[in-house]
Amino acid sequence: MARLIRTEKEVEGRFEEVWLVVEEDPLEQWPEGPLAVVGRAAPRQDGALRVRGEARYTADIKLPGMLHAAVLRSPHAHARVRRIDLAPALALPGVRAAIGPGEAHGLEEEAGWAGAPVAAVAADSFAQARAAVEAVDVEWEELEVVLDPEEAVRRGLVTGDERRSERGDVDRAFAGADVVVEAIYRTQTVLHNSLETHQATCEWQGDTLHVYISTQYIWGIRQEVAQTLGLPEDKVRVVCEFMGGGFGAKNSPDEYTFVAAELAKRTGRPVRCALTRREEHTSAGNRNSTIQRLRAAARSDGTIVALDGEFTNSVGWSGWSAPTEGPMRALYACENVRTVTHAAQLNTPPMKAFRAPGFAEGTFGLECLIEELAARLDIDPLELRRSNYAESNEGTPFSSKNLEDCYRMAEPHWERRHEVRARSDSVWKRGVGMASQIWYGGGGPPSYAWVRLGSDGRATVVTAMQDIGTGTRTAMAQIAAEELRVPLENVDVVLGDSARGPYASISAGSSTTPSMGPAVRAAAADAREQIEDIAEQRGLPRDTSVEEVVGLLEESQILGKGARGPNPTGMSVLTFGVHVVEVAVDVETGEVRVERVAAIHDVGRIVNPLGASSQVEGGVIQGIGHTLSEERLLDPETGRVLTTSLDAYRMPTIADVPEIVCEFVDKPDEHLTNLGSKGLGEPPIVPIAAAIANAIRDATGAEVHELPISREEMLRALREAAKKERRGAPAAV
Amino acid sequence: MSELRLTVNGGEHVLDAPVGTSLAHVLREQLGLTGTKVACNEGHCGACTVQIDGVPRLSCITLAHTVDGEVTTIEGLREHPLVEAFVRADAVQCGFCTPGQVVSAAALVAANPEPTREEIRHAMAGNICRCGTYPKIEEAILSWQG
Repeated sequence: MARLIRTEKEVEGRFEEVWLVVEEDPLEQWPEGPLAVVGRAAPRQDGALRVRGEARYTADIKLPGMLHAAVLRSPHAHARVRRIDLAPALALPGVRAAIGPGEAHGLEEEAGWAGAPVAAVAADSFAQARAAVEAVDVEWEELEVVLDPEEAVRRGLVTGDERRSERGDVDRAFAGADVVVEAIYRTQTVLHNSLETHQATCEWQGDTLHVYISTQYIWGIRQEVAQTLGLPEDKVRVVCEFMGGGFGAKNSPDEYTFVAAELAKRTGRPVRCALTRREEHTSAGNRNSTIQRLRAAARSDGTIVALDGEFTNSVGWSGWSAPTEGPMRALYACENVRTVTHAAQLNTPPMKAFRAPGFAEGTFGLECLIEELAARLDIDPLELRRSNYAESNEGTPFSSKNLEDCYRMAEPHWERRHEVRARSDSVWKRGVGMASQIWYGGGGPPSYAWVRLGSDGRATVVTAMQDIGTGTRTAMAQIAAEELRVPLENVDVVLGDSARGPYASISAGSSTTPSMGPAVRAAAADAREQIEDIAEQRGLPRDTSVEEVVGLLEESQILGKGARGPNPTGMSVLTFGVHVVEVAVDVETGEVRVERVAAIHDVGRIVNPLGASSQVEGGVIQGIGHTLSEERLLDPETGRVLTTSLDAYRMPTIADVPEIVCEFVDKPDEHLTNLGSKGLGEPPIVPIAAAIANAIRDATGAEVHELPISREEMLRALREAAKKERRGAPAAV
Repeated sequence: MSELRLTVNGGEHVLDAPVGTSLAHVLREQLGLTGTKVACNEGHCGACTVQIDGVPRLSCITLAHTVDGEVTTIEGLREHPLVEAFVRADAVQCGFCTPGQVVSAAALVAANPEPTREEIRHAMAGNICRCGTYPKIEEAILSWQG
């Protein structure tokens, strides 16, 4: 019987209470360890389609009569449109329609950053649309530009209230501590740079809007587009069968979708609106920069007695304030913790969630500070982390936490530090560093799946989710195959279209597998029960093979349905891990090379070890880019983005990749759903920057405080370390 | 408009396109060969890589009218053993860069059937993968002969 319950839902560290209809009887979790299909390496079911160039991405959608849109963007970091004339654009060849501020959601008179959308044109070709956009005549009134986050906070220019949390008595704990360390850490703005740019193609068929879009959240697009345009949700169909990367930046429709929808309405033709790579760098979101003023206090036995952090998130013109303080609040057992987080509003491009927003930045500061503390206390950094192990999340019990297993698995990698250091020479100094990882990733309800079986013994999982490149199709097929006890190759997964499947979770917050997996298993279990009932009615044992039973069906089909149940009440569902990194630093040039990364993660049950290792490698490599080379630079005078190409914005290539060792605890979370799996998309990017910085410290004694660790920052840190040494203070461990 | 003669994956095409049109545009928009992806459109990422007479070229910054040689796109390499090697090694995540990776890799192994890791890194450094499938790409190329 269906039950209506109230439950908590978390995405990227933001919590809300939701109503939830729970239908299915809870299933017992499968036993720990690899099963027949789940827990076994499986190549991607859609791998050949993608590799052979047959997968159809949003960028490949070409509808009959389709027009191309281009967007006019503000050249000023802060300005207001005093007068705009679209007529010169409309007079150009191939132009079919033009719209200005207020005529599509997202096109506004006030531009809060250089790159803010103002007007748009639809033409027969993109080149014509681009030329027409250049012809639009705009008179701008330039306004004051604020680019300094601390000035913005001082002046009250913020996107929301400051966020404060305190437990215990922080001031008293600092006063009574044996050792106090403090430092300021800064992280830079980085860009998602999915290879498929943000884009949508919209087509009206009668009163229904069809939206083909590169997105992480089919149902969120459907809801937001419907609400914004005043349509019933069923009149918006959203399609995304294959998408070329998101990393957090493709959770919402944004101006390009509304521009395409409005221009499609005005022209009566399908309209494609795709950002160029350069627009991707100015107008598609970013991981915001942060300033972190941190202090830690400890007793001489290594007990951390107080943590104190003031965090400034440079949100940009709009966006949300990510939980940069999260790791400080939750990673260690500490009775006295105080955090304050500011959300500075600047005339810079708005932030968007980027792979563990807040935690990737906050872990860099915290885990570097803990290393400093270990040095001051003369305690082994692994030992210090172990001895301050959090047994609960600010009093709430964990649904499962196997960080101690991660630490144990890290020991052999950590032991290598003696041998690694010994390989240093006069120029290249080598060292080993570590950092711990904490993040969400429990997923949540609602999410639904259907399973259809025909007499040919093949099963089809149907759900309107998206596979953003993480291998979701394959993981869902594995779960269904396991529950149905059929070979993996007999299961297909149909997804990517709101018109042909039930509601499915966002693919963000490491939530796809933990949200969708249990629904797929429940649907498969429903189908299997029906098959067992049929077997019994035919006088066969209930465990007769599925193929044999459904072989009797002729045209009949077995239809199973399943829903994601709630998360455990009163428990904190988090993921954990630790990275151990080996680096080499050229102390003459400041070049840093990451040579080896051991990434150990605790994310509950692993469904596909092959896909899981790919997720970890990808997160580690992206994190190495964030740590060493990537930075979106602004002109400090005008606020314009200077790094607008993939030449200027330096992402890792295959030549930058170190040896990466992935290990998993692989224990199901016994309190979490019928599957016991958590998400893995984000955890691998969380600890890497701090682990690299700590390895640099081990190698050279230099303390880096800023990302990226450019040669300039590295040489500055080396000079500081040399000065300290001359003064006779211990430079490092 | 100006006449354009192209040999693509063994087939000959006579087309019309304005002078200045990129090869990538002609392949995708006029010939419907959408396996070639355009990710930056300015020659920085390698997603649009095709072969011209067996040599990897960035089709987004190659002018179609200047092409003098046989063009091979991912559609002409679908039966190449590298495809199976990429799938087997999980050398694909979102897949948007992958056709370009395979085209570059196919040129590499044609010239050097048993490349070392260093040679692979050298030959493949122009193909950016934001998902970070690089370790698996290296494995796929090392094991492409099965």
